[in-house]
Amino acid sequence: MKREVPLIITAIFGSFMVIDYFVPHPLVSGFGEMLQQWAIIVVAFAYVLGVANIARISGEKISRRSRDWRYQFPLLAGLAFMLTVGVVWGVGERTLFNDFYLYAYSPMQGTMFSLLAFFIASAAFRAFRMRSFEAALLAIAAIIVMLGRVPVGTLIWDKIPVVSDWIMNVPQMAAKRAIMIGAALGAISTGLKVILGIERNYLGGD
Amino acid sequence: MERFDRRYIFLVIFVIVLFPLLMPIGLPIRVSKEAMGAYEAIDKIPPGSKIYFACDYDPGSMPELHPMTIAILNHLFSHNVKVIGACLWPGGPPLLEEALNKVGVQKYGKKYGVDFVNLGYKEGREVVMVSLGRSIPTTFPDDFYGTPISQLPVMQGVRSLNDVAMIVNISAGYPGTKEWVQQVQSRYHVILAAGCTAVSAPEYYPYYQSGQLVGLLGGLAGAAEYEKLVGVAGTATRGMDAQSLGHLAIILFIALGNFLYLYLKKKGKLTRR
Amino acid sequence: MLPLPVLTTMAAVLTIAVFTFLYKDNPFYKFAEHVFVGIAAGYVVAIEYQNVFLPNLWRPLMAGQYVLVIPFLLGVLMFSRFTGRFNWLSRWAIGLMVGTFSGLAIIGFAQGDLVAQIQANMLPLRAHSLIDTFSNCIIVLGLLVSLVYFFFSKEHKGVLGAAARLGIWFLMVSFGASYGFTVMARISLLVGRLLFLMMDWPASFGIQFLH
Repeated sequence: MKREVPLIITAIFGSFMVIDYFVPHPLVSGFGEMLQQWAIIVVAFAYVLGVANIARISGEKISRRSRDWRYQFPLLAGLAFMLTVGVVWGVGERTLFNDFYLYAYSPMQGTMFSLLAFFIASAAFRAFRMRSFEAALLAIAAIIVMLGRVPVGTLIWDKIPVVSDWIMNVPQMAAKRAIMIGAALGAISTGLKVILGIERNYLGGD
Repeated sequence: MERFDRRYIFLVIFVIVLFPLLMPIGLPIRVSKEAMGAYEAIDKIPPGSKIYFACDYDPGSMPELHPMTIAILNHLFSHNVKVIGACLWPGGPPLLEEALNKVGVQKYGKKYGVDFVNLGYKEGREVVMVSLGRSIPTTFPDDFYGTPISQLPVMQGVRSLNDVAMIVNISAGYPGTKEWVQQVQSRYHVILAAGCTAVSAPEYYPYYQSGQLVGLLGGLAGAAEYEKLVGVAGTATRGMDAQSLGHLAIILFIALGNFLYLYLKKKGKLTRR
Repeated sequence: MLPLPVLTTMAAVLTIAVFTFLYKDNPFYKFAEHVFVGIAAGYVVAIEYQNVFLPNLWRPLMAGQYVLVIPFLLGVLMFSRFTGRFNWLSRWAIGLMVGTFSGLAIIGFAQGDLVAQIQANMLPLRAHSLIDTFSNCIIVLGLLVSLVYFFFSKEHKGVLGAAARLGIWFLMVSFGASYGFTVMARISLLVGRLLFLMMDWPASFGIQFLH
């Protein structure tokens, strides 16, 4: 029950997703459509589970008076506020939910990601070292592409964008294609191992 | 050099990026063939046709991708193409709503439900994509506001992705362009054009070369190129001067860092860890 | 709806609070960070409720599609992870998700990546122009040597070693290109926030700071 039933469920759903692609019969496609709707619903519950876990961990930090425990209160307050406002009053335009999305969630997330600009500059100065031929090749390609993608590259030399485009469409593309093919082979074999029950790590310990 | 206070570097980058925003230089933008491919594909869509607009990003990637969304919607609405928009990222629907209202309603006088629709968000990633190829009403029974899509004129005659002229995908990562190519383009052979963050763009060049993508917009530069093509100077065009100087600054940092490293190494002043 | 100047000022204050992290970690940043996590979490649940739970589960279930009780129960069983004794019940739902995504991954990667990309690499080694001929040869060579680099079943010596070395060079060029594009992405994120602080925020007060 604890491991066999989930493995059987995995095998059924996985096999059906593959069979569905090859068999166009309405019976198969109808059943496939139903299984896909079930998956959409279950994955949504997984998201809610994740949020419930955040709330649980926050509560534990408060009860244990862990480091920065006082900051868990604004976290839980923000969670409760958005949840209540979104569920009760809706999520469309001109709702309080939408206002806080656009003017609290959105700017904070955007700013947190924008911090990376500073860190990449710092890393470029402090950590980017051309210690070998391969590293120098990486740096030269990076510099040509960086100049080729912005207008200032054309001002320096009008052929820089042409060279940059060639790098992107020829050697870079070839290497990325190789990585893609390798990853595809890996993904196919892992998928097969999961469906056949050979790979069971996703079930966790017992 | 590891002891060098990185806050000075932060300050330099801040000033270098800020300066051209305060005093625009107006450097000319060159259009790449990948962006032209997307533009030409969208330009060929007959007026009155419907396209599926997959808005798969959230505020974290907004500076790069929202200008693309705005520029493409300008192109679509100016050609009287109807837009069926939806999101696979939970943070997407309000951004799509803002763009559709700003461009469709305020600029082109389009009507919600007749000329465009925001189907909202659906969880399930690849499952949703495959499901859309089979049946859009089953996947999205209601739009973002809870209205059954059967009541919306724009959804009449649209049963699945095979009933749209094209899919335009704006994506920030997973789920995104890669999954649209794998699960939809290769399965249902729908025309697909994509815009993505600059981080993801290099890995999608094989899809463009193979023809699985008819066009590819990469990052802020891609957005600026599309703005130039549609003749709408938006935030991407504005940001390209800052982008140019930012890149020069990074190149300078790399050069300076390596020069100092070699100099100190030669002088024997580098401390060994 | 709150007045626009109030909303944009709230956004600006939170933006500046996050930027203060660049100086050093401080209570303003920590407060903003925790508020962000809370709001993001609450946002996700509300969106899942309005856009997935109601239209795809609750309304069809109430309309008579009783078979949806199965995914509903499986979803609820996921919360058994919070119990000690019965947390194995959540594996049923996990099995459903893992199986579905694995099956789709097999088809997607095989059809979309493996077959299509190998097909696309079948390029004429003698094209119309010299540059196309050269480029096609580089693409074919680049793919082959890059794949050779990832072949670890045999030691990289002799011809195989030379091919693998060439493969590394192609990979380094691609990583360099990726780095260049990553720099572009990061700088543009900063541009976006600065444009908000200098354009959208003053504009909500009727002030045009940037021209």
